[in-house]
Amino acid sequence: MSNQPIYFDNNSTTFPAPETVEAILPMIGDGWGNPSSTHSFGQKARHEIEKAREGVARMLNCTPAELVFNSGATEGNNTAIYSAVESLPERKHIITTRTEHASVLEVARYLRDSGYRVTELSVDRLGHIDLDELRNEISGDTALVSLMWANNETGVISPISAAGDIAKQFGALLHVDAVQAAGKLGIDLTEHAAIDYLTISAHKFHGLKGTGALFVRKDAGYTPLLRGGHHERGRRAGTEAVLGIVAMGAAARMVSARLNDYAAHMQTMRDRLQHSLLNTLDDLVINGDQHERLPNTLNVGFRYIDGEALLMMMDAENICVSAGSACMSGSLEPSHVLLAMNVPLSAIHGSVRFCTSRYTSADEVDELVQKTAKIVKRLREISPFGHDHKPAGLTHEALQRHREYFAQVK
Amino acid sequence: MIGYTTKLKDHFINPRNVGVLNDATVVGEVGSLSSGQAMKLFLKLDESENIVAATFQVFGSPSSIAAASVLTELLRGKHIDEAARITSADISNRLGGLPAEKMHTCVLAMDALEVAYARARGIDLDNELDEDEEFHVCRCYSVPEHKIERAIRDHGLTDIQGITHYTQAGGGCTSCHADLKAILGRVHAEKPAAAKPAPATAEGKPAFSNLALAQKIQEVLDREIRPGLAMDGGDMELVDIRDNKVYVTLHGHCNSCASSSATMKFFVQDRLREMVDPTLEVIDTTEHSAELHAPPMR
Repeated sequence: MSNQPIYFDNNSTTFPAPETVEAILPMIGDGWGNPSSTHSFGQKARHEIEKAREGVARMLNCTPAELVFNSGATEGNNTAIYSAVESLPERKHIITTRTEHASVLEVARYLRDSGYRVTELSVDRLGHIDLDELRNEISGDTALVSLMWANNETGVISPISAAGDIAKQFGALLHVDAVQAAGKLGIDLTEHAAIDYLTISAHKFHGLKGTGALFVRKDAGYTPLLRGGHHERGRRAGTEAVLGIVAMGAAARMVSARLNDYAAHMQTMRDRLQHSLLNTLDDLVINGDQHERLPNTLNVGFRYIDGEALLMMMDAENICVSAGSACMSGSLEPSHVLLAMNVPLSAIHGSVRFCTSRYTSADEVDELVQKTAKIVKRLREISPFGHDHKPAGLTHEALQRHREYFAQVK
Repeated sequence: MIGYTTKLKDHFINPRNVGVLNDATVVGEVGSLSSGQAMKLFLKLDESENIVAATFQVFGSPSSIAAASVLTELLRGKHIDEAARITSADISNRLGGLPAEKMHTCVLAMDALEVAYARARGIDLDNELDEDEEFHVCRCYSVPEHKIERAIRDHGLTDIQGITHYTQAGGGCTSCHADLKAILGRVHAEKPAAAKPAPATAEGKPAFSNLALAQKIQEVLDREIRPGLAMDGGDMELVDIRDNKVYVTLHGHCNSCASSSATMKFFVQDRLREMVDPTLEVIDTTEHSAELHAPPMR
């Protein structure tokens, strides 16, 4: 196993579970028929798809008919937003937040160019939206409120229920990007009747890349993105990605059967990591609310060093982590999520995301901490900041905030 | 990691001449924590002003650490006046070429050298360097106007992206883009870009000095070849130039695709012959890996 990386990038993608792989093997062997064919060989594949749909429906506690399988979260988010605005054509306002994924923000900005008014709600230093701002911005003209269940970079959890209540008061539709929540938090759509659309992606919970699902509540409007076939009850044309769908069903069954155990394990490992990093290294900042947070996510700002430098040295040690969101790497742009939270630029530059999974072991955490500490110390030796004169370049205000963070952690 | 040459990685993982030089004659400091990069350059001069030791400290990306490391190597043994003639292209070439969006890291190293040189020459920079008092066009990265103007002139920049690549200005919230456009217009209006006279090629002999030839080849690779490769997740590194032979290495996806490398070699050779010198020969030194990239698994 020596070639396997020390993998702490589980919000980017996850290990395809043995349960997942096992489920697709027979589909490759003798289940490769076209699910749209009328012969029984094709119908065998159809049967497996419907079994998978039941598995995913059970995970979300919705009906199988409310699920549309697709290529993943980007397609899901795009489809949900276009469907919402087209089903309420007289309304010309969309509300989302500044910390959404690009597949929501870019679509909203595209609609802004075609005449929609778009409000991007701000977030506070802990990454939370202000429900009063939502109340002030929403009106009878608002077609859609779109917000993520949990943030991919910080793990901060949104107040879905409260936001949903506000949306319903004004007759607006609610879309929730639950990509990071699925497999880490319990999602019960009967308890969240306000949610009209919900996006999930299989590879974030040990399925395969390239398959996701969009939940569309029975009475919510729907506009297909792809036309040209009756697949997915006319909602998504194109021969189904049978392997991905079957894998997603198996992954959903595995996760929902033991969600509490898995989430508790992720959290134990994440907390072990957080505490031992804080005990080993000085000058760290935990980005985002530490209470309303996914059980597996830790976003840390290492002061006086650069995140890309840290990432590259970790890569040389076969450690996988991310700085901000994966799409950003190689770019100069600081994370839009941390910028929106007003994290000082001096801390954004050295911010790195660590994410555990149900497979993370305590040994891996300890090895990660030991190697990270070594690399951070090495980069700080190279850095002109943070040696004897601790407040080098730090304003008094920043230093104060930094102390507050520590007080909060302890 | 994506986009970096073997040489750059080496200078990043094993940077040369790191640390404080306690008996330094002059120190050049530039950058800040909030701009995401900062550098301190320590130089020790002997009585005839030759650089006998050069060390550095850097806060910043892998390429800024590598650029500083290379600069200290370039500096050692040079007279301070000779050192002042080092350019960011020298650093970039020595690193085997930098991705365009990382050129600002060479500029950082050059700025540190410039400050050290001014100090050695007794020029009082305290007034000039009081950038905190100055108006910053880009507030995200604290970039003053004169730095942007200079980058436009020195590097013949024509768009906002170029300014961001060389100075970082405009790379954050983007609210200064209108100002950057105005500065571009102003600088271009005051000084129309002078066309570079291309030296004539006589009887198949390269008309360039070795350094100029390397620069020219690197330019063609950067402009004509590497962007196309980058779209497929690949890259090409200029390894060496001996006589008329250009040694290159393929990286990323190109590296695992042996079948395309032959085609690539002739394509690159054609472009270089057309745009630089008709006698050039391209030699591919890539060790093509036979195995496919394994997916990230535990």
